[in-house]
Amino acid sequence: MNFIHPPEFKDQTRHKRIERLGLPKKVILPLSQHTGVPSQTLVKSGDTVKTGQLIASAKGFISANLHASVSGKIVAIEKSIHPVLGSFEAIIIESDGHDNKVFQEPKRDINTLSNEEIVDIVKEAGIVGLGGAAFPTHVKLSPPAAKKIDTLIINGAECEPFLSCDHRVMLEKPKELIAGIDLVAKVLGVKEVIIGIEENKLDAIEALGSALFRVKGEGCPSTSLGTGRVKVVKLKTRYPQGGEKQLIKTLLGREVPSEGLPLDIGCVVCNVQTVFSIYEAVYFGKPLYERVVTVAGSFLTKPKNVMARIGTPAKDLLESCGFIENGNAYKVVMGGPMTGVAQYSLDAPVIKGTSGILVLDKTLKVEEENECIRCSRCIEACPAGLMPCMIGIGVKNNRFDIAKSYEPLDCIECGSCGYVCPSNIQLVQLIKLAKLK
Amino acid sequence: MPDSIFTVSPAPHIKSGLSSRKIMYLVALSLLPAGIAGVYIFGLSSLKVIALSILACIASEAVFLKLRNKDPMVALDGSAILTGLLLAYNLPPEIPFWIPVIGGVVSIIIGKQIFGGLGHNIFNPALVGRVFLQISWPVYMTTWKNPRWAVDAVSTATPLAREGAASFSYMDLFLGNHGGCMGEVCILALLLGAAVLLFTKIISFHIPASFIGAVMLFGWIFGGEGFFKGDFIFHLLTGGLVLGAFFMATDYVTRPLTKKGKVIFGIGCGLLTILIRLRGGYPEGVSYAILFMNAVVPMIDRYTKTRKYGFVQG
Repeated sequence: MNFIHPPEFKDQTRHKRIERLGLPKKVILPLSQHTGVPSQTLVKSGDTVKTGQLIASAKGFISANLHASVSGKIVAIEKSIHPVLGSFEAIIIESDGHDNKVFQEPKRDINTLSNEEIVDIVKEAGIVGLGGAAFPTHVKLSPPAAKKIDTLIINGAECEPFLSCDHRVMLEKPKELIAGIDLVAKVLGVKEVIIGIEENKLDAIEALGSALFRVKGEGCPSTSLGTGRVKVVKLKTRYPQGGEKQLIKTLLGREVPSEGLPLDIGCVVCNVQTVFSIYEAVYFGKPLYERVVTVAGSFLTKPKNVMARIGTPAKDLLESCGFIENGNAYKVVMGGPMTGVAQYSLDAPVIKGTSGILVLDKTLKVEEENECIRCSRCIEACPAGLMPCMIGIGVKNNRFDIAKSYEPLDCIECGSCGYVCPSNIQLVQLIKLAKLK
Repeated sequence: MPDSIFTVSPAPHIKSGLSSRKIMYLVALSLLPAGIAGVYIFGLSSLKVIALSILACIASEAVFLKLRNKDPMVALDGSAILTGLLLAYNLPPEIPFWIPVIGGVVSIIIGKQIFGGLGHNIFNPALVGRVFLQISWPVYMTTWKNPRWAVDAVSTATPLAREGAASFSYMDLFLGNHGGCMGEVCILALLLGAAVLLFTKIISFHIPASFIGAVMLFGWIFGGEGFFKGDFIFHLLTGGLVLGAFFMATDYVTRPLTKKGKVIFGIGCGLLTILIRLRGGYPEGVSYAILFMNAVVPMIDRYTKTRKYGFVQG
């Protein structure tokens, strides 16, 4: 497998504790924040809602619930700015500033919860994969009976430069994470749990290791934790180590078949923040309405990790991090610098899959695209073993038959090819086009 | 806060920082030691050939770009300079001034621009120019100058033309103390540049190793009277093998894309070089071997695709 080694840029925020900010005045909650069918609105303009109230429900199996992230009044349900899709139908809530919560800590014995009950709680809480792809978590937790899952992998690689939100969660909430892992392991009935963390986060490896040690002494409901088949594995710092398929190959030596899913080879991968939100949902009845976001880059006097309400406009978060608007900010990216989306407006809201908001300066200017010189760097960088330049050439010449013969569907869109290309060719873009044709 | 002042572009938003232009100039830089050695060994006439060849390449590229309604300044992207440099290194150190000029024009126009410019040519442009000159003016192209300090100014044969072979020690051949093309004689200087290219990962070892390995292997097997008696060190140190294997066969545009393809390409180049050297009409075969293998690159590429993730169970 091929990897690249981009600079890490993590020092700005890796040592900053997760901060809780004041409530946003207004939140924009798009109905599509997850992989699958958009949620269905349950409220109408003018309704008052409380924090954590279900405002749109999952439509079908591969879909997710959506909850109000502040208490207040719904001012509009309309097409609105979306950080990934450009624009999408969204529920807009004006905060009343009180943050009245609708949920409360359930009085139940966690140990007696059945697997189905846990999956239901996860589904009700609208939890999706918080690593970026936002795949509904309840779907992951209910694999078809025919698929035997033997390994649960917890993804703490956080290989994208700049980002340190997962790192901070691992450092600050290790006990909670272990409790969450315990729940997921129990539901899946796995024999083994592996927590994979890149070696640039030794403190997180240490924190989870010692939390694990303590929890083992206290006894656990799931067999995997109880019998000690859980381990924290130090991963090499390289990109895209945290890609689901790459992580599985590194840890288990197995390859997810082309166009298949991890469960086809007996494993499930969960991001650390996803596990944390599962913990919160089960233990406190708290739906997913906030997440940790790394705000970093240039022109910020106080870059930090913030616990942000879903729907908070990027502008609010940037201002709280001391964003200096001097006209020199070149690009604002939501997500990591390798796979994130450049924003045209700072009104774009944080959605469930948003891991970071980055301000980039002109040193990262987009250079003019030149002819492909067949240097083969993209081939040597591609973690999926593809030949990006050939797909690119096919697409550029409108020969989609040629492009298709190089299997663009197996591209994981990690951006490694574009990163190394000396001719500045937007290879990921071209491959995405090949996928659509 | 004014909106829409931000640049919107697809991911990734960070770049490795290595541009095509930087690569071209780095390769040109790595060719410098061999050029300095050439000028030192054969005198200032070599410098003139280098200058004329590079100027001809840049000028013809700029003119042709203009004719194609493209920015003529692209001629300074480093690729034309590199072609000019490589062409000059493949010429005898003292030839009429118009030979490198014609060579440069042919290299750029016939070798490169006709196909669509940088990235689209099938054959190594510098070798197209060199072979064109070789066929058109064989006498000029094989009138070799001896090193400055030699008794006879003009020798008629390179060590590869067999009758001359006996009189050279391996050390003479390694340092370039004999007649030949100006950029190919000093192996030491070439290896210095090659080390830079390998170290900076501009080229990988696949092509040079398989090319040189094949030449030495087949030279050893077939090069002597009877099998396994050939002087493979002689085959390594003479002709344009080192220049060709490290600097010409590794040209991105005209070599295969994958590691497997590169090895096949290198072995093919080596086999053909020995075939031409031992059985062909020319004493030297590196240029023709590379050009021939350039032609089969699309086929090699087709049959040496990479192994994709997820197509074989781990």
